[in-house]
Amino acid sequence: MDKYISTPITDEVINNLKAGDFVFITGTIYTARDAAHKRMNEALRKQEQLPIDLENNIIYYMGPSPAREGRPIGSAGPTTSSRMDKYAPELLDLGLKGMIGKGKRSKEVIDAMKRNNAVYFASIGGAGALLSKSIKESKVIAYDDLGAEAIRELKVENFPAIVVIDRDGTNLYEKNE
Amino acid sequence: MRDINVDKITETVKEMCINVNHFLSDDMKNAYKNAYDNETSDIGKKILGQLQENLEISGEEMIPICQDTGMAVLFVNVGQEVHITGGNITDAINEGVRQGYVEGYLRKSVVSDPIIRKNTNDNTPAIIHYDIVEGDKIEITLAPKGFGSENMSKIYMLKPADGIEGVKEAILSAVKDAGPNACPPMVLGVGIGGTFEKCALLAKKALTRKVGEHSQTEYVKELEIEMLEKINQLNIGPAGLGGKNTAFAVNIETYATHIAGMPVAVNICCHVNRHIKSEI
Repeated sequence: MDKYISTPITDEVINNLKAGDFVFITGTIYTARDAAHKRMNEALRKQEQLPIDLENNIIYYMGPSPAREGRPIGSAGPTTSSRMDKYAPELLDLGLKGMIGKGKRSKEVIDAMKRNNAVYFASIGGAGALLSKSIKESKVIAYDDLGAEAIRELKVENFPAIVVIDRDGTNLYEKNE
Repeated sequence: MRDINVDKITETVKEMCINVNHFLSDDMKNAYKNAYDNETSDIGKKILGQLQENLEISGEEMIPICQDTGMAVLFVNVGQEVHITGGNITDAINEGVRQGYVEGYLRKSVVSDPIIRKNTNDNTPAIIHYDIVEGDKIEITLAPKGFGSENMSKIYMLKPADGIEGVKEAILSAVKDAGPNACPPMVLGVGIGGTFEKCALLAKKALTRKVGEHSQTEYVKELEIEMLEKINQLNIGPAGLGGKNTAFAVNIETYATHIAGMPVAVNICCHVNRHIKSEI
């Protein structure tokens, strides 16, 4: 089913999302991938504040190619989510409501999603040019020195994704096995 | 002897880097089209349609097909009658990669050390495999490799007793483990034989063979066809969401090996299987 959702994302919206739904996301989302997750983890260990507010927000596992002049961003498709599995449960416990990436998640992540009423979306891997068209603004807001891996705040309009694992833990990838 | 100046090599590599990240070769474009035509899963067909749309946008607007513009892998065949002038060939190739990735708005995805992990900010160094061949030309094949699929690749040190059935099992097991992570429909490069490192190199090289072209060795060709059929029955499908297009091709290369062993490498590439060839 096609569903149009906005960020910040509420529990009410999440309760309505089922594995297999096509969603179109509008609002602000944040990018973070391997190195940014590692740094956020180090910040949490030192009891420092995180550079982004996780509460009711979505993290997109993505590191874009550089933007050409006059464009907000370059190619911008998802990276493999499982590399963030080590860090995701803690972020979910801190209020993160959604993750966008591609590929499988660990049991620990799925347990944390169920515990916190959160959802996992996949966007289409290798469709970075197409996906970039739904990104209207992009701004580096933390860890600038990480280049492609810096944390970016994105304004998206009808960004297409698929609910792969819903709040109940129903997993679209497993349905085909 | 034929003189080739390093500037010519740099310029060629630079153009190849930019081109290959925005335009897929015809064999890959045909593979997308055939997959779209024969896909029976609704979601699979929808995704294949979007992947074709992605290719069009990429070429028209010069936005890389995928944000992971890869680590530059090059196979360089240097004719033994070539005399390289003006500098060092490896430096020239790396300079071409540097210029291509910086001036072409491609992502810099290389860190200088696997543990310290500091980005080199120009996508160098490249991974370069040289061969000395007959003739007075340099032939360069560039295949930038994304790591979503590279991470799902595997090496198996099988025993001679495992035989061809063992090889089949190894290939299927690698594909099943990769699943949605490797951005299917995939292309599989398989190396059988040689030594530990030789089979990996054969597998990587196999990825640069055109989709639809088969091995000249009859039993290898049969194995390629059989494995593609088996893989496409796994119902992993486009983006791992189900369907009959899990792989576009299985390209297998073989080499002599030791009486005690049978190494098998399975190098997985996503549907953005980039390869381009130039001759100087």
